[in-house]
Amino acid sequence: MTDAQWEVLSYEGVIAAAVLYFLAMLAYFFELASLRTAAKVGAEDVELATVAARPTGASSDAGAGHAAGASRRTEVAGRLGLVLTVFAVLVHLVALVARGLAADPNRVPWGNMYEFTISGTFVVALIFVLATLRIDIEWLGPLVTTFVVAALMAAFLGLDDAVLPLPDALNSPWLVIHVVSAVISTGAFTIGALLSGLYLVKARSTATTGYLARVPEPKVLDRLSYRMHAFGFPVWTFAVLITGPIWAHQAWGAYWNWDPKEVWAFITWVVYAAYLHARATAGWRGRNAAILALVGAATLWFNFIGINFFSSSSQHSYAEGAAPEMSVVLGLAGPVEAAQEVGVVVGPDHPRA
Amino acid sequence: MTDLKPDLRQRPSDDRQATALPAELTARELARWSWRQVTSMRTALVLLLLLALASIPGSVIPQDNIDSLAVSQWRDNHPRLAPIWDRLDLFDVYGSVWFSAIYILLMISLVGCIIPRLFVYARALRAKPPRAPRHLSRLPESTSYTTDEDPDVVLARAARVVRGRRFRVHHVEGEDAVAAERGHLREAGNLLFHLAVIVVLVGVAAGSLFGYKGGVILLNGDDYGFSNNLTQYDDFAPGALFDPDVMEPFSFSITDFDVDWLTEGERAGMAREFVATLDYETEPGGGTETYDLKVNHPLTIGGTDVFLIGHGYAPVITIRDGEGEVTKSGPVVFLPTNAQTFESFGVVKAPFARPQQIGLEGAFYPTFAMGRDADGNLTMPSSIFGALGDPLISMSLWTGDLGLQDGSASSVYVLDKAGATQVMKPNGQPFRMDLRPGESIDLPDGLGSVTFEGVERWNKIQISRTPGKLVALAGVVLALLGLLASLFVRPRRLWVRARRQDDGTTLVELARLDRSSGGDPEDGAAELADVVAQLQDPTRTGTSNRTSRRTSSTKEDES
Repeated sequence: MTDAQWEVLSYEGVIAAAVLYFLAMLAYFFELASLRTAAKVGAEDVELATVAARPTGASSDAGAGHAAGASRRTEVAGRLGLVLTVFAVLVHLVALVARGLAADPNRVPWGNMYEFTISGTFVVALIFVLATLRIDIEWLGPLVTTFVVAALMAAFLGLDDAVLPLPDALNSPWLVIHVVSAVISTGAFTIGALLSGLYLVKARSTATTGYLARVPEPKVLDRLSYRMHAFGFPVWTFAVLITGPIWAHQAWGAYWNWDPKEVWAFITWVVYAAYLHARATAGWRGRNAAILALVGAATLWFNFIGINFFSSSSQHSYAEGAAPEMSVVLGLAGPVEAAQEVGVVVGPDHPRA
Repeated sequence: MTDLKPDLRQRPSDDRQATALPAELTARELARWSWRQVTSMRTALVLLLLLALASIPGSVIPQDNIDSLAVSQWRDNHPRLAPIWDRLDLFDVYGSVWFSAIYILLMISLVGCIIPRLFVYARALRAKPPRAPRHLSRLPESTSYTTDEDPDVVLARAARVVRGRRFRVHHVEGEDAVAAERGHLREAGNLLFHLAVIVVLVGVAAGSLFGYKGGVILLNGDDYGFSNNLTQYDDFAPGALFDPDVMEPFSFSITDFDVDWLTEGERAGMAREFVATLDYETEPGGGTETYDLKVNHPLTIGGTDVFLIGHGYAPVITIRDGEGEVTKSGPVVFLPTNAQTFESFGVVKAPFARPQQIGLEGAFYPTFAMGRDADGNLTMPSSIFGALGDPLISMSLWTGDLGLQDGSASSVYVLDKAGATQVMKPNGQPFRMDLRPGESIDLPDGLGSVTFEGVERWNKIQISRTPGKLVALAGVVLALLGLLASLFVRPRRLWVRARRQDDGTTLVELARLDRSSGGDPEDGAAELADVVAQLQDPTRTGTSNRTSRRTSSTKEDES
């Protein structure tokens, strides 16, 4: 297959995966909806049996049959959601591989924002699917699929970019190690944030039906969230404070440059460090820790997308297409005193490398 | 023996609390109280959050040591705010007093928190596992069974089994219970992490105090060389305690520079695979070696690293003055203003030209083309490709005082126009010369002539020496190892009690206490079930089975 065909295949794969995630989302929503009616029917049933005190077998049997049917539907919908998610993850993987093969020379599929987003969402979905094998977390399905669908749509609409070969600075084994670890921890933190958000909502909720009733106790949510963060934090440390500086040293000549991307990665690290401490501090456990986790996720995603719009000097801004980047790093990066003295206006063309 | 309260699940050392200010204070008490405040976990938390918050301005406001060009532009655009920003150190956030204050306080807090915990840990390492609480069944994770075996037999086996599970076991003959504990590595990891943070800071501080970073623009070719001493740098940023004697006496020249320009496909115009071939000597008189300097492949000489940072063109220009003398001849470094097309800007000065000084200012286009707007009308001249396709210089001409006579420092990249006047054509338009290599032009008013001989290349080389970088790296790696231990080692205690009951059978009670905050109740129940299975069937080795895990996992959820 030619590069162009691979590229088309990748786009088709991403679209197909998005559609599958969307269907999975619908299945999960259907599950939630029927969960609600099932709970209602069940409750009415009990009311009928107790309040009206009519122990005639026929009617309560019918009610029970109704409830059983509803709960079977619920279960089938939930299963369907998970199965669809699994298929979506597989198709998503194919799309990622095709994206890598579409480049010339072949490379890892995270050379720009679009690619980082489709890789990141893949990891979010993959972590969710893997987690369902080990722990009872399928109730997170609606949130995960909604998030992934939204992120994929945003990637498609706002971040799409041509398959360009990597600029020299990115052409390093560290691209694989550094970005893989960043993507994995981003996925873990994202799921952790969903859980912490859910914790905050659940802790205030007294709902006996619907989604929140299905979600486990706040205590369990808090623990699951902690475990996601405990997994993500060392990986993030590895990405940001070990591989990042090593690579920066090789490519830019200094292991820490206070580049805006670095600053925000550091901020994220500090906030999550605070989260881990908060969980062990009286008065900060629970609610405040969960808020910190959400703040951490906000800094994480702001760093990924937002900072590019605030600072043009970041050597990490890959939003503008890959072409000018290398020449930029080679062109004007570093303290080119000369250029500053000339007052060269590096206006719109300023290489956002 | 006391009953265990639920908060025993929390390690006491985690909860260094800020305490209320005592009503009446001696100086000593005040000092103690302050110390306790500073080293409390809550203060550490607040300081962490402050550190995160304080880092933000530096990512939004341009920073002097990162992008001083952006800083000067910002100053020009905000003349009223700039002095205030200056006073607040907002152009140098990460070197500012207030930023330093936060992280120094954080370090003090960390040290104050860690040192007492080191002693606590040392004591805990020597201490025996705590004795069994009286009512094991009250613990959140507990189970029991009855057997006909003698209690002593059960306890002896329990000690063996639990020891086999790598618990530290305490069992005194005559006591009715076995106490066991494991997972001390968690706190060890925790301490290691925090100590390693200090190591990282020491490494980073060493780098910024004793190190330096400098840049030089070096023309390609054997004729141009660089030797590593202060005078040779174009820009140089030493650390506060930098000593020039540590500079290693190497020298190098760039014999060749190669760029791979893509000429077709949607990537056309992009360049990659920059290779500068370096001939270098590690010390004067030493043998010459060759190195292919590339992005991501710095050259390390001793403790100094040499990086390829940029490249550009240097048109070779000869200026003859009005008396026919060559007053300027050679390559002149032009700085790229467009990182992709390498349209470049530069000035040429001939201050000794007679009768008048000559200054040129203008652009260099590696591949010249006239821009066209949508209607096909010619617009601005431009470069359409970064490689040397159709090189052209387009310069304007200045005469008069170029400001080089009074001996004050001036940039070679800027034409001082204060005392100079631009030469005009008779029709009032500025005089311009557009030259391709080999072409010459006679200047008006008998000023002389300019010849564009050809084009050479230059590379921007960055040279830095960062002592302590391996210390910092080792620190981060240690911190990561400590972090892994502190997050994933599960400290826990286990007790087994066996008592003869009135009916002659033996009641065996087991309880487990998870002392980490992220433990799974399922895992705890599984471990208990495993131990029970091993006690009941001595031939069985410890493999967990999932059925017992499922059945006994409900207990925790109730608690």
